[in-house]
Amino acid sequence: MTFDLFEKFDPILNDYNSLPKGSANPFTVSMEQVLSPTTAIINGRETILAGTNNYMGMTFNQECMDAAQEALLTLGTGTTGSRMLNGTYNSHKKLEDTLKEFYNTRHAIVFSTGYQANLGIIATLAGPKDYVVIDADSHASIYDGCAMGNATVVRFKHNDADNLDKKLARIRKNDPQAGILVVLEGVYSMLGDQAPLKELTRISKAYNAFILVDEAHSIGVFGETGRGVAQEQGVEDQIDFIVGTFSKSVGTIGGYCVSNNPKFEALRLVCRPYIFTASLPPSVVASATKALELIANSNLRAKLLSNSRRLNNGLSQAGFDMGTTGESPIAAIIIAEQNTAIAFWGEMIKEGVYVNLALPPATPKKLNLMRCSLSAAHSLEQIDFMLEKFILVGTKLGLLQDIPKRVLA
Amino acid sequence: MTQTIDEIFEQICTLIAPFNKKNIPITKDSLFSVDLELDSLNVMDILSEIEDEFDITVPLNMLPDLETVGQFAEIVKQLLSEQ
Repeated sequence: MTFDLFEKFDPILNDYNSLPKGSANPFTVSMEQVLSPTTAIINGRETILAGTNNYMGMTFNQECMDAAQEALLTLGTGTTGSRMLNGTYNSHKKLEDTLKEFYNTRHAIVFSTGYQANLGIIATLAGPKDYVVIDADSHASIYDGCAMGNATVVRFKHNDADNLDKKLARIRKNDPQAGILVVLEGVYSMLGDQAPLKELTRISKAYNAFILVDEAHSIGVFGETGRGVAQEQGVEDQIDFIVGTFSKSVGTIGGYCVSNNPKFEALRLVCRPYIFTASLPPSVVASATKALELIANSNLRAKLLSNSRRLNNGLSQAGFDMGTTGESPIAAIIIAEQNTAIAFWGEMIKEGVYVNLALPPATPKKLNLMRCSLSAAHSLEQIDFMLEKFILVGTKLGLLQDIPKRVLA
Repeated sequence: MTQTIDEIFEQICTLIAPFNKKNIPITKDSLFSVDLELDSLNVMDILSEIEDEFDITVPLNMLPDLETVGQFAEIVKQLLSEQ
């Protein structure tokens, strides 16, 4: 027995302490200067940012910055209050109107982060007698929403329609009247794979379940007007709730949920992560509103996906073990040994490329990943620079030694 | 056809086998985390296999109270009897 509250963290602290120290530590990067959506000064060196979720390059968009600056100067630095009390400005309502227009839905609620949107919607909607059914590879915010709520939580195999069918059938057999919320993601961020929404929604609706789709990594990226995977796959009319974030394609921070459910506004009265926190600052609200307008009317999607295909194809042809296919903005190579993955990351940052080191348990199937999230703002020269450095480091660490065999095969 | 706790335990051992890479001997007192060296993701995957094998729903909410293989067998027996 121990009285030390921190003792339980010893194993993870030991793992952390075994990582390289100083600038080779992947989890202590600090940006000294940010020069553009795709470049920063890190460790005194100009570095290409290849792992930032800045899919549209919106962070330095002139119109967004102008809108944010004007809001900052006219409305101040923050709201200092809850949406329910003094924290709703006209601009918050305008942002919600912009979301309704963007998604063509009747209702929209803005949260202070995407994490809180999932936490709030899932924990509040599914009560003690209800069920939440989630994909095994769900984001932490979905798991945490389940943990915060009082519903019975059931998990199905990743993107496996038959397995979802089995789990729902069992719930319905025992509890014909229960409310069920099925939670899916448009794009699963680690490997960029899409959910087969057509099959999953057909099955969910057959059991009268509500469906929530998290489009955090797909807003702006997929669909004719950038609404995401539900739009791309033509199933928007089947989805009850779409959750998303402003912290990736939209280039700032904040979360939201849109819906056509006639009672949706009730959530403003009962959703604790919406009520018991301060609302978004006016500058953030202004840039998010502007960015949504720009995303709906842009063709940055095509440029983003062509950038991703270029890097994915290049890595694959070089002989890397690929985790991704280039159908999403993610390019990830799989590295068998964790220490090699950590060393790979250290070499890449030395060469002037920042990528994400993604390790279990944040990754599916316990994979060690060198993961890039591309941006429409990346130039072809930057993509080719990343590729050149991947090949240089891969060769140095002996990951590409069997290229000739692969080419011959 | 009610299954005994031992029969259920044996079936669960078969489901754990693919996750038990080092072939550690399993008893009813085996702790998933310490004895079988399985992390929480492995345990959730085993839980999913158990659901499909016995055709029952085992809520994830129950996991914090299920530390040993024997406790898994007991909860399965209880859930089967409730059907």
